[in-house]
Amino acid sequence: MTDLDILGTAVDISFVMLMLGVAFAFVRLIKGPSLPDRIVALDMMTILIVSFCGLYAIMADDTAFVDVAIVLALVGFLATVALARYVERRNGGNFPRPPATIPKPEDKP
Amino acid sequence: MIVEIIIAALILLGGFFCLVAGLGVLRLPDVLIRMHASTKAGTLGSGLILVAVAVYFADTATITRAAATILFLLITTPVAAHLIGRAAFRSGVPLWKTSMEPGVEEKLRR
Repeated sequence: MTDLDILGTAVDISFVMLMLGVAFAFVRLIKGPSLPDRIVALDMMTILIVSFCGLYAIMADDTAFVDVAIVLALVGFLATVALARYVERRNGGNFPRPPATIPKPEDKP
Repeated sequence: MIVEIIIAALILLGGFFCLVAGLGVLRLPDVLIRMHASTKAGTLGSGLILVAVAVYFADTATITRAAATILFLLITTPVAAHLIGRAAFRSGVPLWKTSMEPGVEEKLRR
């Protein structure tokens, strides 16, 4: 009947949305006010690139990119764990300064 | 034809959720709330796209690998989010509208 390529069009639109998500996360990675913001942005970029590998496997009709997705998920998890441990160990693990919204205890001597 | 439409719908839903995850990470006001967006919406988008991969190829090896990837993401993403949130809270990043009881600083000190 029609020669409208449903799957190809869907893959193209989804590539555009995925890359917009990666670009937004990259903006947060650049201007994140603190180090945990940047780690969150990196973690989400890894997850989005995993789904990019899945989309590329469909587009290129090649199952090898699913293996790339598995390895990328593994490496991204290890990187996130290492960076989180680094943030926690960086200042000894206890509050260096109180978080901004903690009310000051009024019965402090 | 029907399978093609199903795959296209899964792919479009997955891409939409990835876009929502990116928007959330860019626009939400706080580390913990940004983590809420990235963890849940990002995992859902990746899972939908990997389900679409499994439906598209439809042989045993690819379905197993896609299911393993989805399972791995579902296991590791909450662990990573918990680690980042704990590190962020304990290192004292400014929070948006979180009210904490007084004395939490002494309780959390090791």
